[in-house]
Amino acid sequence: MWVVLSYACWGISIVLALWMLYDWFKVDTTYTEDVLTSSREGELEAVSEKHRI
Amino acid sequence: MTITLEPAIHGDRVSLLRVLGPAHVWALGVGIVLVGEFTGWNFSADKGGALAALIVCWIVGLLYTSVAMIDSEVTSTVAAAGGQYAQAKHIVGPLMAFNVALFLVFAYTMLEVSDAILLGDTIVAKAGVDGLTHNSFIAATIVVLAWLNYRGVLMTLNVNFVITAIAYISIVILFFSVSPWTQGAVLKLNELVTPGNALPYGWIGVIAAFQFGIWYYLGIEGTTQAAEEVRSPARSLPYGTMAGMITLLIAAAMTWYVCASLMPWEYLGITYYPLWDAGKLTGSPLLENLLFVATLLAALASANGCINDAARAWFSLGRDRYLPSWFSAVHPRYRTPYRSILFLLPIALAFAFIADLNQAITFSILSGVLQYTFMSINIMMFRKKWPLGTIRRGYTHPFHPLPAIVLFCLCVVTFFAIFLGFGSQLIAMTIFYFLISVWFHFYRYKFVRRGDQFTMPWPKPQGY
Repeated sequence: MWVVLSYACWGISIVLALWMLYDWFKVDTTYTEDVLTSSREGELEAVSEKHRI
Repeated sequence: MTITLEPAIHGDRVSLLRVLGPAHVWALGVGIVLVGEFTGWNFSADKGGALAALIVCWIVGLLYTSVAMIDSEVTSTVAAAGGQYAQAKHIVGPLMAFNVALFLVFAYTMLEVSDAILLGDTIVAKAGVDGLTHNSFIAATIVVLAWLNYRGVLMTLNVNFVITAIAYISIVILFFSVSPWTQGAVLKLNELVTPGNALPYGWIGVIAAFQFGIWYYLGIEGTTQAAEEVRSPARSLPYGTMAGMITLLIAAAMTWYVCASLMPWEYLGITYYPLWDAGKLTGSPLLENLLFVATLLAALASANGCINDAARAWFSLGRDRYLPSWFSAVHPRYRTPYRSILFLLPIALAFAFIADLNQAITFSILSGVLQYTFMSINIMMFRKKWPLGTIRRGYTHPFHPLPAIVLFCLCVVTFFAIFLGFGSQLIAMTIFYFLISVWFHFYRYKFVRRGDQFTMPWPKPQGY
């Protein structure tokens, strides 16, 4: 049973790794780099918190 | 609550998703740490005896309580992914921030590697099949958890909450199953820990035990990495972190009491599975299997949280261009730092296949203690530059500057303890951080947009 489990682990790892690579490729070819890297630190804080005491 | 995973519209900013609450923060912090009760803390008994393991449990508990309090105050104000990195950037400066981010990435990636190796070794030990190696289990642990992290933070930390809670409850079940109120029935503390063997190496053994005492709580500061994804950082982060610390103090005390009452310190100090062994020693197959499963779940929860945290620290470095901005990409559908997750995945796999458990653990501890030393200096500067009343804080920690001083002193003691056991690794790591700092200062920093990196809408610091 343990040996079968070991092979199953290799199988699952390969399938999920390939899925992530496929999704990565799909996302990177669908969206522009400007959109993907548009996140900015503290953006919400600047809007929601005025830091007035 | 319904979370929609519609792709972001072109032209909009794609940012991390704010979906987490205090329970997720607890799951992240305790999830990373709890594996330390299942293995790691017990090596302190090898360094100084069973009583030394208890003494460091409380003293290192004090260190981490200081860490939790300090972290809660600063993070409730600097609520950004990257946690201590973002704190260092705003309070100390870019070079410190770069180093802190590397401490974080190393600490969490090496801890993830250690967790995966532990999980693989535990399964192999249970199976007892000739020729079965841990490699497939290590690969599955790292890849499946990376996939989970890739697919979204809410599911990742929901899973962490469930498996951490099961692992924690298993410790509680073990504790109450051995009649802790009655010595002699199952537990034999008075026979196993006597005045003659309580501190076999004297007080220097207690100092040496600090190195592994760290494992009772290593990683609780990881809660701050969720700062940009919690719905209310000022409330959730202090709540989740302090609740996590209380949870861990209770778990550490129960773990020591049960294990020291069932195993002689000579064995306790070298076994890789103190709680699983304790389950076996009760003679109950149910408890034995429960603790086996709990060991696996604790390792999974820890590796899961570590992937989450290391990726966010790496992502933050990219976002500020401390590293190529390519790493700062956010998945438009799942809202995760997917490139950072994928980049760190093969690195973790490579270390897990080539490094041994002791090396990985030592690098993780070293990076962690470097980070705590920074935190003690950071809070002093924070309170000096922005005294109480000048900016809004979600939480204000009491007795300042006592926690910072206690934290700094205990870090110095821990460095000495690490030097006693792993002096060459300590020196090698110090040289590494020095060289990488030189590289950052003279080469990389010219790519950073200097004005853009300071994002908190704070008033000018006092004295500037």
